Amino acid sequence: MKKLLATALAAAALLLAPGADAQQRTIRIASEGAFPPWNATDASGKLIGFEVDLANQLCQRMQVRCEIVAQAWDGIIPALQARRYDAIMAGMSITARRLEVINFSIPYGSSPARLAVQRQHRLASWQTPGNVERIRMDALTPPMNTALEELRKAISGMTVGVQTQTIHSNFLDEHLKNVVRVRTYDTMENMVLDLNAGRVDAVFGSGANLKALSDKGDNIAMFGPGFSGGTFGAGVGVGLRKDDADLKAMFDQAITWANETGVIRRLSMQWFGFDISIN
Amino acid sequence: MDFALMWDSLPKVLAGAGMTFQLTFLALGLGFVLATVIALASLSGRRWLSLPADGYVYVFRSTPLLVQIFLIYYGLGQFQAVRASFLWPFLREPFACAVLALMLNTGAYTAEIIKGGIRSVPWGQVEAARACGMSGLLLFRRILFPVAFRQALPAYGNEIILMIKASSLASTITLLEITGIARVIIAETFRPIELFIVSGGIYLVINAVLSRAVRALELYLSPQLKDSLDSEQRRQQALGVRVG
Repeated sequence: MKKLLATALAAAALLLAPGADAQQRTIRIASEGAFPPWNATDASGKLIGFEVDLANQLCQRMQVRCEIVAQAWDGIIPALQARRYDAIMAGMSITARRLEVINFSIPYGSSPARLAVQRQHRLASWQTPGNVERIRMDALTPPMNTALEELRKAISGMTVGVQTQTIHSNFLDEHLKNVVRVRTYDTMENMVLDLNAGRVDAVFGSGANLKALSDKGDNIAMFGPGFSGGTFGAGVGVGLRKDDADLKAMFDQAITWANETGVIRRLSMQWFGFDISIN
Repeated sequence: MDFALMWDSLPKVLAGAGMTFQLTFLALGLGFVLATVIALASLSGRRWLSLPADGYVYVFRSTPLLVQIFLIYYGLGQFQAVRASFLWPFLREPFACAVLALMLNTGAYTAEIIKGGIRSVPWGQVEAARACGMSGLLLFRRILFPVAFRQALPAYGNEIILMIKASSLASTITLLEITGIARVIIAETFRPIELFIVSGGIYLVINAVLSRAVRALELYLSPQLKDSLDSEQRRQQALGVRVG
């Protein structure tokens, strides 16, 4: 009995400890938990991933208490506006369209968009003309234009899967709408299920994410150049409410710190296997 | 609240009503045929017929429709054997998968409704028909089915309304019916409340019309209902009770 009481007291002390510092603010950060390696959910239902680790580092730096919550992608911006949480870290790119409704911190990473097919597909071994590795939509050069044109021909008439409300679905709408049939999915997982089932010929999404799924054993082969700039925005940032200027200042400062001290690079190598940091 | 957006998106969301009707009524039609067969098998008194029929009803009434749609669409597509089979051109299409799931689901519920209707047919009427020399299909067609159908109609009207609403789950497998289109516009505008009010309103109007139609059909098939309603009103008026 005594032992039990002691344990209970110790637990109570632990619970009360953070409360002792009444000044410390609690920030609720939402993530999707279905976009590895940016964010994912482990077998026990806990949120893990690059952004979860980065969020903890940033919060430590900002000297705030962080609570990371899971939120389905298609409601992630409306729920931020409804004040269910204060920030979004969910592989969300900073785009003009999103900036109309919410605000963003400075970017903390970026990953080019890629097309992918099943490994046995004829396009899996497609060679990009001129060996163009990256197409920057805001700085197109003649070789990039040629590559884009050839790519358009190669995928003409195919059905392409894409996740809803993403820079990738925006790009298909704006540049390839009359070239391919687009089918939108609520999650990347369902999109890849349909690629494996052969219901879509190709998928379009974040290269880092597709690589992670391919490494995990899904039948995915990326092909063609990576896309960035323009519709693809200025990289991935923390989504914030427009009226939360002080929180933006705090995140901007903390991200700058994480860039300068190599925290982002270190976490990126750990989760992605390559460097996704902006600097 | 962005009323201009609601007004602008109304025709766009309304364009999805066609898909909603196609899904619902195709599933209801096919499901009704299936349900009749299942109900008769279940009531046949032969265990080799009634056991599978009851098993099907049990499985599809006891699992969520969302799970059924997901398993039929994403689940079946995972098997190479299914992808290589003659069924694949059919199962490849999200529309066919949605109709299949909705049909199997409504088939199970409707089988129970039909069974209830058949059980409610007074035994004397069946005996009288037998005495007149009717049996088998003729008895079913002339006596059992019409009486059972009238009995079951209110419950079936309920099922029609449930199916209109259930068809919204087809949006989870990429179909653009009312809810699917609302979701697309939400994706562009980040305004879920406005769009769900619009789509909810459309379902409300559709179901108001449908429930009236079912009620009218009920009165048409059972005119005595109207008589009894009228006489009820007269009696209440005679007693000085206000009829609301």
